[in-house]
Amino acid sequence: MPLVKNGKILGDAFVHVADDAEIPGDGAILISSTRFLGDPETLSRRTGKTGVIWPNNRDVDDLVPYLDRLAVIGLVFPTFRDGRAYSQARLLRERYSYRGELRATGQVLRDQFVFMLRAGFDAFEVKKESDAEAFALTAKRYSVFYQPTGDGRITALHRRMQQRHSESAGQ
Amino acid sequence: MYAYDELDRTLINERVEEFRDQVKRRLSGELTEDEFKILRLQNGVYLQLHAYMFRVAIPYGTLSSKQLRRLAHVARRYDRGYGHFTTRQNIQFNWIKLAELPDALSDLAEVGIHAMQTSGNNTRNVTSDQWAGVAPDEVEDPRIWSELLRQYTTLHPEFSFLPRKFKFAITASEHDRAAIKVHDIGLRLHKNAEGETGFEVLVGGGLGRTPFIAKTIKPFLAGRDLLSYVEAILRVYNQYGRRDNIYKARIKILVHELGIEKFAQEVEDEWLQMRDSALTLDDAVVEDIRSRFSYPVYEKLPQMPEELRKAAHDPHFEAWRKNSVAPHKAPGYAIVTLSLKPVGGPPGDATADQMDAIADLADKYSFGEIRVGHEQNLALPHVARRDLPALWRALDKIGVATPNVNLVSDIIACPGLDYCSLANARSIPIAQELTRRFANHDTANLIGRLHVNISGCINACGHHHVGHIGILGVEKNGEEFYQITIGGRADENAVVGTLIGPAVPYGEVADVVEDIVEAYLALRARPDELFVDTVKRLGVEPFRERVYATR
Repeated sequence: MPLVKNGKILGDAFVHVADDAEIPGDGAILISSTRFLGDPETLSRRTGKTGVIWPNNRDVDDLVPYLDRLAVIGLVFPTFRDGRAYSQARLLRERYSYRGELRATGQVLRDQFVFMLRAGFDAFEVKKESDAEAFALTAKRYSVFYQPTGDGRITALHRRMQQRHSESAGQ
Repeated sequence: MYAYDELDRTLINERVEEFRDQVKRRLSGELTEDEFKILRLQNGVYLQLHAYMFRVAIPYGTLSSKQLRRLAHVARRYDRGYGHFTTRQNIQFNWIKLAELPDALSDLAEVGIHAMQTSGNNTRNVTSDQWAGVAPDEVEDPRIWSELLRQYTTLHPEFSFLPRKFKFAITASEHDRAAIKVHDIGLRLHKNAEGETGFEVLVGGGLGRTPFIAKTIKPFLAGRDLLSYVEAILRVYNQYGRRDNIYKARIKILVHELGIEKFAQEVEDEWLQMRDSALTLDDAVVEDIRSRFSYPVYEKLPQMPEELRKAAHDPHFEAWRKNSVAPHKAPGYAIVTLSLKPVGGPPGDATADQMDAIADLADKYSFGEIRVGHEQNLALPHVARRDLPALWRALDKIGVATPNVNLVSDIIACPGLDYCSLANARSIPIAQELTRRFANHDTANLIGRLHVNISGCINACGHHHVGHIGILGVEKNGEEFYQITIGGRADENAVVGTLIGPAVPYGEVADVVEDIVEAYLALRARPDELFVDTVKRLGVEPFRERVYATR
């Protein structure tokens, strides 16, 4: 499954470690929320980078104490019809100021890229090769946005206000 | 009318191109039908019994003549020459070809119409009072806020994959013509004790398998907080609404399971953390949207012009005027309802030729504006009273002057088994038969206001729960049967109707409705006691007796 980060297809530096496998001392790993919450203090302080795959039916509040020590948070789209992780992403980015990698996992298809970018995702485990290749083009599909989110894109309402101001300033 | 600017136009064009790409990928096999299904639903495309059905949004029920002509063009060019107006201010085309859909959307986009989120598990078309901006008793024009909500809900990055569909309705009048109490979020503009204008926010209304009347979650919300509060509700719903069972996924079930107090507290906790955010609507932002609504410049005209005085001698004109013409906020003007319920016709259908003719009449008599109501009729919102006789003759000629607005033959019906893949039973032929039974205008007028609503299945698209008489099609051993409820209503006193007894077969529905109406005529206290008030006073028992005594 290709990983898209910063708009490019990259090799994944993180290794998925199963719940019953041994955790390496160093090296970048991704573990489950259950595993992580078993011993969050130790796991978030290991030498290597640590990331957590967080399920979409558990409040992200439980992650808040560890946010500045996590390299990756992977949120899950069990099917692309299930949009709970969009709310989790916005809360992590906008309310809890999480700055690490926010990765979309599960059924990640081309048609969700813009929504995901706007919600604060910056890495994507894309299901289909062709979708991953189309990422850069798809991400540019829209130039107008009606809602303010934490991604900083300016909304139509505010663009209009700016236009008004510049028009009245020019008079 | 709201005028799209360059930003609005750019966005819908970008959406059309995205959909064109999605259709292309489906036709090439790159997308599976399962994947494509969700994508097409997000753009109003259903697969029905015979063909694809295409649902186009008419936000808050306002159309320009140019837009209506374009809908006629789509009906003619891509469909079979007609369209069907729905209970949620949409229009549906029933015979669209998938490969041609992107072109149809592109034609519509040129006049500022789209089909975004007219189906699927997202925020649907924002509906409002079809008399918005012209009703005499209005607090202010609810379309300003409807448009703000339309923009806010369009392609929302967080709420495009909700547990289930989500519908907003807004009213600003004492008398609720937008059925806000049967919506996921209902908004009522009103003035508080301090004289400030704001919203009563209702939540958790809905019909379908488990009908609920919406409950008040906030008695007064300032306009500036509208979007942040709505976002808080949607966020709570997106995270905690049930996704394990499609029939329990609407917000009404979450509100019911948590209880309104607990749900309100969850929303309040969320809202307090974000109310002062970029979502706050400053006065300047609201004014900017308001400034892009154009209003007619009304002339000073007499309330009783000579033309009306003369026409009053014609009983046909008078029957129509008394039935279909409503008071307007500007003296000398009127709101005219165009009945799309001709005797023997399918409720809510209009042909392309009718749409073109209505667009021409709107240009001539209504400042180029047309409205669409949830009762599946159209309206011309700014007609000079002196023009009423001429307008009536023209409307009569094209078959949209049946004087049955709000009467027993003004039936709301879903497409039913004639088109819909979900239906258990037919709706349209039942409606057609009822319009024939009650074709005599004097009889219908004697009966008075009576709303008949028909749904062909439990999904309740015909809003049968809130019909004064509700008819629900069910299937029993492979045959069509119908459950009859009475006493429902969808207005400010909304209530779900009560079942009167066992379901009756297809062939007996019209007889049963006639029995109910006869019972009402015998039981009503006064000629002006409405059917629904008689049912309220007496309960269903006397009606049950009358209907089942001989069955």
